[in-house]
Amino acid sequence: MINLSKLSKVFNTKDGKVTAVDNIDLTIDEGEIFGIIGYSGAGKSTLIRLLNMLESPSEGSVTIAGKKMEDLSKRELREARQEIGMIFQHFNLLWSRTVKDNIAFPLEIKGVPKEERDKRVNELIRLVGLEGRGGSYPSQLSGGQKQRVGIARALANNPKVLLCDEATSALDPKTTDSILDLLTDINKNLGLTIVLITHEMHVIRKICHRVAVMEQGRVVEQGNVLDVFKRPKEDMTKEFVKQVTEPEETEETLKDLFGEEGIGHILQLTFVGGDAKKPLINNIVRSFDVTVNILQGKISQTQNGPYGSLFIGVDGEASEINRVKDYIREQQVEVEVIHGE
Amino acid sequence: MSKLIAGNILLFPNVNWENMWEATQETLYMSVVALLFTFLFGLLLGLLLFLTDRGNLWENRIIQGVTAAYVNVFRSIPFIILIVLLIPFTRIVVGTMLGPSAALPALIIGAAPFYARMVEIALREIDKGVIEASKSMGASNSQIIFKVLLPESMPALVSGLTVTAIALVSYTAMAGVIGAGGLGDLAYRDGFQRRNTDITLMATLIVLVIVFILQFIGDRLTNRLDKR
Repeated sequence: MINLSKLSKVFNTKDGKVTAVDNIDLTIDEGEIFGIIGYSGAGKSTLIRLLNMLESPSEGSVTIAGKKMEDLSKRELREARQEIGMIFQHFNLLWSRTVKDNIAFPLEIKGVPKEERDKRVNELIRLVGLEGRGGSYPSQLSGGQKQRVGIARALANNPKVLLCDEATSALDPKTTDSILDLLTDINKNLGLTIVLITHEMHVIRKICHRVAVMEQGRVVEQGNVLDVFKRPKEDMTKEFVKQVTEPEETEETLKDLFGEEGIGHILQLTFVGGDAKKPLINNIVRSFDVTVNILQGKISQTQNGPYGSLFIGVDGEASEINRVKDYIREQQVEVEVIHGE
Repeated sequence: MSKLIAGNILLFPNVNWENMWEATQETLYMSVVALLFTFLFGLLLGLLLFLTDRGNLWENRIIQGVTAAYVNVFRSIPFIILIVLLIPFTRIVVGTMLGPSAALPALIIGAAPFYARMVEIALREIDKGVIEASKSMGASNSQIIFKVLLPESMPALVSGLTVTAIALVSYTAMAGVIGAGGLGDLAYRDGFQRRNTDITLMATLIVLVIVFILQFIGDRLTNRLDKR
């Protein structure tokens, strides 16, 4: 669906050249939700703007739905953009227009006749759950409602691709979840390909099928969300995964609880997919001469299956503990020693 | 009623109400016609200033430089001097130097750059993200101008026009210098020069009323348009 090849973008600034996007190759399949995560300044905003040519590439090429975007004429580009919806962190609605007129805006641009426009706008208002708010102005809406208008507007021309530029970063956690649910529904029901950029791992965990991690203009790691969660290779990725597993906070709390000496061995187990269902702890206690103390556990759903992390304290002979670790690994569960040798 | 008229005559013994009414009409005529053209030219110049600026739709250093220079020059020339400088030009365009129409070229050329700067400021206030969003939807430049830039900046355009209209009313007072008539001319010639203070006072009062009405209409319109 989307293919990026050797894509680079260099900005000429007063302080010299800044490479925002550095030689990126990426393929995004039809119907998937693809997340790009990175800290601010990683180049993800530039990358998503290269997809619809809001920024023109310095090198490389962007192909969407078989069209080479950088080769299109101005007119062809405008037509291609009508098939690529985009939503924004700050919604970017026209405050002088009502909700209905905001949603009708892309239809006006395309030249859709008035009657058809009204019909489509009503469908979209229902789709995003804004019934009864059609006559309101954006200033009268909450952040979540504004983003719903943004989504309805982006979907007006039945696009094939939806680009989300930090679409939930300005929203509170609860509203974020409701917007993410809406995006998931749209992806499932309309078969829309969604590309989103974010700095929140929570967003990736909740709705993405695949993820790419960006650092300094490069994609440092990419893959299925579950695989990346299970075995993050790069330090940057590990940092992001920690956002959802929070081992640091756990360790801090445990130090408080047991004191520096009394902790013993603490292991972080990471279960992925069906592993999460296995009675692993029970088997450990029965088969090995150790005591197990469950400290903290968390299980959450991703688009490719459940993902869980469990922190346990293990006491016993060092050799026995090593056998426990080997056993856990045999069960295809990731183990990381958080404390102890 | 007769008492009221008598009172008027007592307070304003030298006012010739027919002349006063004629001068009021001349002032209104000059202000309204000049405002109309100022709006058009100012909007055009303001759009040009904004659109040719760096990072905008028609980015063009040369046009930006020329427009900015024109606007700055004509905004800096004191109006009374501008009128005199433009006498030959007015002769060619209007064909005469008599009557209120003779003041129009100077009024428009003096006020349009003033309004253009306000248009530019109004357009700068628009969130760049909204323009980006419109581009992402495949809007053409003219669609962005007419469906986004102008409607989104409308309250500021109207309040800027109110300020310009009031400035124009005061400009018309100076237009008497070239024989254009109007309340300012009446106040100066019949009032000041012949020491009829009541005529000056009455002309001033009428100008004040015109300004208050303009401000009132402008404020109401701005409030109604502003949905932020």
